[in-house]
Formats: sequence, structure tokens, C-alpha cells
Amino acid sequence: MKVLLVDDEHELVSTLAERLYLRGIQADWAISGEEALTLAEKNTYDVAVLDVKIPRISGLELKRRLQAGSPATKFIFMTGHGSEDDFKNCAAETGEGCYLVKPVNIEDLIRKMNELMKGSGD
Amino acid sequence: MTVWKKLKPKFWDYVDSAAGPFAHLFNFRRIWRLAVLLTVGVALVPLIAITAIDYQVTQKSIESEIALRTSRMVSNTRRAVFFFLEERRAALDFIVRDNSFEDLNDPERLQTVLANLKSSFGGFTDLGVIDPLGYQRSYAGPYKLEGIDYSGQAWYLDVLERGIHISDVFPGFRQVPHLIIAVKHELGSGTHFVLRATLDTERFNHLIAHPEIAGGGDAFLINREGRLQTPSLMHGKVLDTISLPVPAFSANTELIEMEDRQRQPNVIGYAYIEDTPFILMIVKSKDDLMKPWYKTRLQLMGFLAGSITIILAVILGVATYLVNKIYLADQKRLTMLHQVEYSNKMATIGRLAAGVAHEINNPLAVINEKAGLIKDLFSMREECARDEKLMNTVNAVLSSVERCAKITRRLLGFMRNTGVTMEPLNLKETIQEVLAFLNKEAEHRSLHISVHMDEDVPQVTSDRGRLQEIFLNVINNSFAAMQDGGHLEVTVKRSKQDMVSVTIRDDGCGIPKADLERVFEPFFSTKTGKGGTGLGLSITSGLVQELGGDIRVESEVGKGTSFTVIFPVQPKKKE
Repeated sequence: MKVLLVDDEHELVSTLAERLYLRGIQADWAISGEEALTLAEKNTYDVAVLDVKIPRISGLELKRRLQAGSPATKFIFMTGHGSEDDFKNCAAETGEGCYLVKPVNIEDLIRKMNELMKGSGD
Repeated sequence: MTVWKKLKPKFWDYVDSAAGPFAHLFNFRRIWRLAVLLTVGVALVPLIAITAIDYQVTQKSIESEIALRTSRMVSNTRRAVFFFLEERRAALDFIVRDNSFEDLNDPERLQTVLANLKSSFGGFTDLGVIDPLGYQRSYAGPYKLEGIDYSGQAWYLDVLERGIHISDVFPGFRQVPHLIIAVKHELGSGTHFVLRATLDTERFNHLIAHPEIAGGGDAFLINREGRLQTPSLMHGKVLDTISLPVPAFSANTELIEMEDRQRQPNVIGYAYIEDTPFILMIVKSKDDLMKPWYKTRLQLMGFLAGSITIILAVILGVATYLVNKIYLADQKRLTMLHQVEYSNKMATIGRLAAGVAHEINNPLAVINEKAGLIKDLFSMREECARDEKLMNTVNAVLSSVERCAKITRRLLGFMRNTGVTMEPLNLKETIQEVLAFLNKEAEHRSLHISVHMDEDVPQVTSDRGRLQEIFLNVINNSFAAMQDGGHLEVTVKRSKQDMVSVTIRDDGCGIPKADLERVFEPFFSTKTGKGGTGLGLSITSGLVQELGGDIRVESEVGKGTSFTVIFPVQPKKKE
């Protein structure tokens, strides 16, 4: 499973990527939408974990663009805010289950990713 | 005073200390006073004015009617007296014309004439014939009066001058009041003689003292000096001088008002009777005359007093009722205002809290990952993995992060207002689902939990998530308040019309009275420093209100607390 992590918090994504790696999941990370798009051009990811609020390109916008390049990619939104608007928008985009509020328990994240992968496999 | 306490309207002592510069708008006593004064003024001023005018007009008309009646009576009586005397004068005139001087000088003839006069007119006492020199030449009557010389007497001079004389009433020899009428007759040869008759005043008196004339008053004749010529009821006997002043001469009937000696007002009608020394006077007590007016006046005053009493009662009643209504409406408005203020406060705090939570969540996520990474790395190295102190420290950091996350999530939940989804629910099941969450803790602390639901509780339509959050929050509070082995009772009852009440009673430590009012306020917590955010019950209260319900709390320190959540069976339609 190949994962792309996007969050403007460098320490967060880098550490999360490292922890996923320790658990046998290959994870690339980006701290902006542009970086993420560049990475996505070179690689194909099974799952993309996106922060809702990142500078310039919003999480939702980024999701659409990534999906355009790779329709098979699954998406999980991660947010620190959890406002009603956020929740509604993300739920409309990916379904209620794929919306996590920070701080995220890594086991929960992995479980969610596995669920998504399994769903796509069916 | 107790009556006043009972009657005193609710708004009477109300002071809105929060109204500031608009306090006058909420001074209900002032509004009431103004309303009462204005309506009383508008209602009573015209009534009193009309009554006063009516009073004046009626009084005047009664007075003028009295005046008219009295003056008509005076004038009629005057004419009667005048005709009475005129009749007798005409009779004498006829005698002197019908009989020659020589005939009348015959005493027998004169006796016959007197007898005729007595039988046809009555009242004549005697007759005398006076020659041109003033001597009484012949006389018919009870006295010996032949030969008396009248030439120097005033009445004789008067009759010579005017041809007629009617005397005042005088007692005469017999001490019987009488008067004389004398007529002069010119004989062709430039000489003359006078016929003189004496009349007793009995008929005269009868004429005046007729009860119809007096009409409860006094009617009499006086002469120009004020001496009574006929008897009076209240002003003395014949020939007494009356206490009233002699009225001024007037050719017509006159009416004056005058106080008598007892200072009682009298109405006096009088008339000078022409060619006589007499003045006719009718004196009536004004009070007697005005008696019908006094009765009318009493009725008028009674009507006015009655009307004023009724008007005042109605105005006071209506003003009090209306101002009370305004007061109650204002109280309702105030309650609503406070509610709006409260929800605004909640919303502001919610927004603030959500903002803070968001800001904290990002660094918290970093700490979470870093600590997680440290733990991962330690777990991979055997010597570290075995170092209990190290692992405990990392775990402590992670569990603290978890606690922080819980708090921020609650704050976010406080803000989040996802759409309400209504569905039919069995309350007992819903509550049992909530209790399932807490079963472990309950077992661990050997808490006794019982749920009782009355059979008549209907199925409710409500938001499951919200209801569960409400119950969870309240039960969590109860758990925190109870010692191990405590008791928790959940009772579901049908409340008044279409409402259901869920009472959650514990036998925990209870809430002090001072805190009881504040338990639903955001950030009010007694568990400060022990992980309480002070948001649980305020969120609960907000949720209950969203469902159209109400939450109440009763508590006694040391005995326990009971929270009652009341909410509608069917969701209220939004207006």
C-alpha cells in the first residue's frame, strides 16, 4: 500500500510518514498542494490523507485534482477544526467515515486505510 | 393593610434596575397612574360639568317659576282688593247721585239706604252726610254722631280735594278695626256735600287671608307707615308695625328677596293698591318654596355620586387589568431576552472554544506523532522496551494528548450543530444503550443502576444521537458524584400533555445551593483541576433546548442529585 500524506505542518507529516513506514506502509509526504501534485505525477498512491485547510490549494480542491490524475486513489480527510461546514463538505466528498479530527490515533488511521483498500478490492 | 396586600397588583412594586435610562418605560405604577388620571379626567370632567350646568339651569327655572307664581298671586289679589274697594266706592257714588242732599238729610231715608247697603254688600257699619261746612248733618248707625265737625280733619280735606277718600284701618270708638270711604258730590250751585261710610274689615280680611293666597306663607295689607291693616300669621296683629321695612313705591307688582329676623331668606311680593293707602304684601319662606328643588337636587347629587363611583370602579379595574397585562407581557419579553442573551453567550463561547480547539489540535497532533514515534522507536530497541520508567513516561505523554484531544473534541462538538434527525424511539432501549457504554465503570465501582419506565409512556420521535448525548452527560455527572457502591435510578414518566420526563437520580454528594443555579452555565465546574471542562451540562442544556425540552435539577448536599429532562413526544413544528 502506497500512501500520500499532505499537511502544512511539516513535523506532523514527516513523523507520521516515518511511523507508517515503521508499520510497513510506504508513505510519501508533502506540505503543500503543489508538492503533492508533483509527487502524484511521479507515483501512484492507493490512499491520500489530506488536511482540509492547507495554503493556496484547499484539501477539497486538491482531492479533485489528484482524483483526476488517479481515479483509483482513496481519500481520507484530516482536520483540526471539525466545523460543521468542513464536516458537511468532506462528508459530501468522501462519505462520513473518511473524516478524522486531529490528533489522530495512528492505529485508527491504519484501520481506516485498510477498510478503504478492502472496499476498493471488492 | 392586609386588604391592600391582597389587592395590590403585581406590577406595583416592580422596579427594573437593569433598564437604566429607559427606566421610565418600565415604571408600571406611573403608567397606571397616568392611565387612571387621563381616563378619570376624560370621563368625569364632562359629567361633572353637565351636572353643574343642569343644576344651575334647574335651580334657575324653579326659582323663576316661584317668582312667577308669587307675582301672579300678588297681582291677582291686588286686583281683588282694588275691585272690592272700588265696588263700595261706586255704591256710595250711586247713592249720592240717586238721592238729593235733602233726601239723605232725612234720617229715615239714610237708615233705609244703610239697610239696603248692608243687605246687598254687607260690611257697612254706618253712614253719614256732611254738609259743605264740614258738619255731619245726618247719621245712620249705632252711635250718636250727628253734628260733629269734620272740617279740620285730614280725611275731610282730602275728600274735598280729590273727591274720594279711603282711610287707613283704625280702631275707632268700638276698638274694632274699620275703615272709612267718603265721596264728595258737587251740587249744581257750586256747593257740595260728602257721604261718609264706615266698613268693618272682616270681609276685607277674609279676602286677603285666603289660604290659597298665603300658600304656606303670609299675606296681609299694610299702610304706608308699615302698620298692619289686616291680620297676619307671622308679622303681628292688626295695627302692629311689621318687622320688615316698607317696600319702595312701584306702580307694578314687585318681587324682592330679603332675610327675616331669624336670617331665613324670604321671598316678598308686594303691590301698591292704587287710590288707597294700602300695600299688599305676600311673604313666603324661600326654603318652603324651594322644597321641590331640594328633592330634585338630592336626586341629582345621588345620581352624580353613583355615576362617579361606578366610573371610578370601572376605570380602576380596567387600568389595573391592562397595566398588569403589559407588565406580564414585559416579564415574558424579559425572560425571552434573557434566553436570547444566554444562547448568544453560549454561541460566542462555542465559537471561541472551537477556534481555540482548532489552534490547539494542530500542535497536539504534532506532539501525538512525535511521542508516538518515540514510543515506536523505543519499542524496537530491546533495552528501551524493557525500561518501564521510559515506556511509562511516553505512555503518560500519549495519554495526556488523548485527554487533550477529548477536551478539544468536546469543545468542537459544542460548536458543531449537525442537522437533527428525528426518528421514532423506544426510550428504555435508548437509555439502555447509553448505560451499555458505562457498564464497565459501573461494574468496576459496583454501582447499582435501575431503569424504570411507566407503561403509559408512548413511543417518542426525537434525535437519538442528541438524546443519548444528553443522558450520557447527565449519567457521567452522576457517576462522578457517587461513591463506589452508589445507587442510580432512571425513571421515565409521561409528563403533562405530550411530554415525557426522564429523571436521573443519584445518591451522590449533591450540589450546594449556591452552585445549583450555575450548573448549566458554560465553564462552570466544581471539578476544576480534575479534568472537568465545565461544558458538559451547558452542552446538555443546549441540546435539550434544541429538542424543544427543558432540564431541571434538584439537589441536597450529602443526599444526592436528581436531574429531570422533559421533552416533547413529537417534535414541535418550527414557527
